[in-house]
Amino acid sequence: MSTNLADYKNIWVFAEQRQGKIMGVALELIGEATKLAKDIDDETKVCAVLVGNGIDHLAQECFEYGADMVYMLQHPLLENFTTDAYAKVMTEAMEEYKPDIVLYGATHIGRDLAPRIAARAHTGLTADCTHLDVSVAKYIEFAKANTTLDTSTLDPNSPDKGLKMTRPAFGGNLMATIISPRTRPQMATVRPGVMSKNERVEGRTGEVVNVAVKLEEADVRTKVLEIVKEAKEMVSLTDADIICSGGRGLGGPEGFELIKAFADKVGGVVGSSRACVDNGWIDHAHQVGQTGTTVKPQIYFACGISGAIQHLAGMQNSDIIVAINKDPDAPIFEVADYGIVGDLYKVIPQIMEAWDK
Amino acid sequence: MKVIVCAKQVPDTNEIKINPETGALIRDGVPSILNPDDANALEEALKLKDQRPDTHITVISMGPPQATDMLFECLAMGADEAILLSDRAVGGSDTFATSNALSAVIDKYVKEFGPYDIIFGGRQAIDGDTAQVGPQIAEKQHLPQVTYVVDFQVSEDGKTVTVKRQLEDGYEVIEVNTPCMLTCTKELNEPRYMSMKGIFNKDKKITVWNAADCEVDLTVVGLKASPTNVFRSFTPRPKGKGSMVAGDTEAEIAANLIASFKEKHII
Repeated sequence: MSTNLADYKNIWVFAEQRQGKIMGVALELIGEATKLAKDIDDETKVCAVLVGNGIDHLAQECFEYGADMVYMLQHPLLENFTTDAYAKVMTEAMEEYKPDIVLYGATHIGRDLAPRIAARAHTGLTADCTHLDVSVAKYIEFAKANTTLDTSTLDPNSPDKGLKMTRPAFGGNLMATIISPRTRPQMATVRPGVMSKNERVEGRTGEVVNVAVKLEEADVRTKVLEIVKEAKEMVSLTDADIICSGGRGLGGPEGFELIKAFADKVGGVVGSSRACVDNGWIDHAHQVGQTGTTVKPQIYFACGISGAIQHLAGMQNSDIIVAINKDPDAPIFEVADYGIVGDLYKVIPQIMEAWDK
Repeated sequence: MKVIVCAKQVPDTNEIKINPETGALIRDGVPSILNPDDANALEEALKLKDQRPDTHITVISMGPPQATDMLFECLAMGADEAILLSDRAVGGSDTFATSNALSAVIDKYVKEFGPYDIIFGGRQAIDGDTAQVGPQIAEKQHLPQVTYVVDFQVSEDGKTVTVKRQLEDGYEVIEVNTPCMLTCTKELNEPRYMSMKGIFNKDKKITVWNAADCEVDLTVVGLKASPTNVFRSFTPRPKGKGSMVAGDTEAEIAANLIASFKEKHII
């Protein structure tokens, strides 16, 4: 897009909605955008962008979670997500209103849409971010607390307010911070469950901008014949307070019966390592890790999980990690707050019994 | 039908270890493999060829000269030919610049062999996990795209495909006309092994092109043309180690754990 970077202002959040319900990650991004906006300047606004049809009522929810403005992009052809329609209206709105930053949830829709928009707008996009900064001082603070990065070459008083987008790569073995220094908007997809929502303020309001949408049937080259919700158990790992996760140490698919009973007892949900999913012991929806879901529950029970880096990448921000493993040298103990070396089939029933006492 | 499969040679990230002293990645001895989702993309093209023997499959890739090893594997699985774009000028490309380079390869393919019907790619590559290059090639080729494909059917006349697109809580059934770009997941199929016949077939060839061969616009590829740059890279610091829960029996350990939870108001 334009090379005059100063023309670009405000932070946009693609407030993804499906069937008239806002996705949790969109509210998390409004929370994150609120922090980033404060670090840029007092003028910078947090803007939610709602794309759909007949969704006026969703603006209020965005305001109550912290949006200052809502851009409404509505049209009958936007009822269901299609790449063509959504990419067209989003790109045109970006050209008109020139946001400095655009954030998307790294959902199956966000990860389809955002790269298409980035290619059309000739701008950069960073996928699956787990941390964002604009202020160099805050980036240094983050790096010191969480990484091995040598921060001595960074100036905490730097006027640089460019978006620093941190993400895992190489299966979580390496972290990289990406910048988009020459093009605007700066765009990122962010993993669900990583950022925090603002406290909801009932009755909080803001400005709605209804954007004129130009769209014809010929613009949309895919036809959605059907949307099927699978009856499979809904797993909301990202919202769970307690997660009981099983790994290869379960020994077989029947091990998940114990994990399920454990989760039911403690009011948690069932998680899994990639090994169990690859072995077909449990559905992918339960997978925690770099290629699964990122979680940060209050308590994470890792049962028979050795702690491959790709798994740790998805759960190491949990408040409390309890690891149960036969092998005292398992890497999972390196991140655990509580370690128990033992047979999970003996330990878990005892924890379940002690839970109510 | 004419089918293009986009494939990438990647380090097997399951084999990467970190040097505990320096915190650096140990990449020596880490095998390079055909990116897993790209194997699913190729398999879907091969299944199409099983049904329609007149299908011609061209695998395209960008990478260093040794990426021909991976392309050889693709040919041995059953692809008809392979093209590798290998040139220092495209090195350091981010996803945006990579899609420009691969789109130029596809344009050159069209000039030489005529139009294609379908481009298959993997959902994402395990080294970067971005899932961006597929949609960005689709944009540059002006194609409709469907990502996260878990089921694929093509109409009798080869002009329409019907696919299932995976969502977090179900799937969509989508109809799209060819030509189109589809990105494939591991749920789509089980990739076949290389065949002996494939391995010893000397008629199939890998063409290596440099940037000039495929007439890449050098102002839109490589590090300098990439809108994103790496600001810093580092390894995550392991979270501080806690302590082992004391106790001689499982019951004692469990009781001590719960007692500590209560003491710290965790529950």
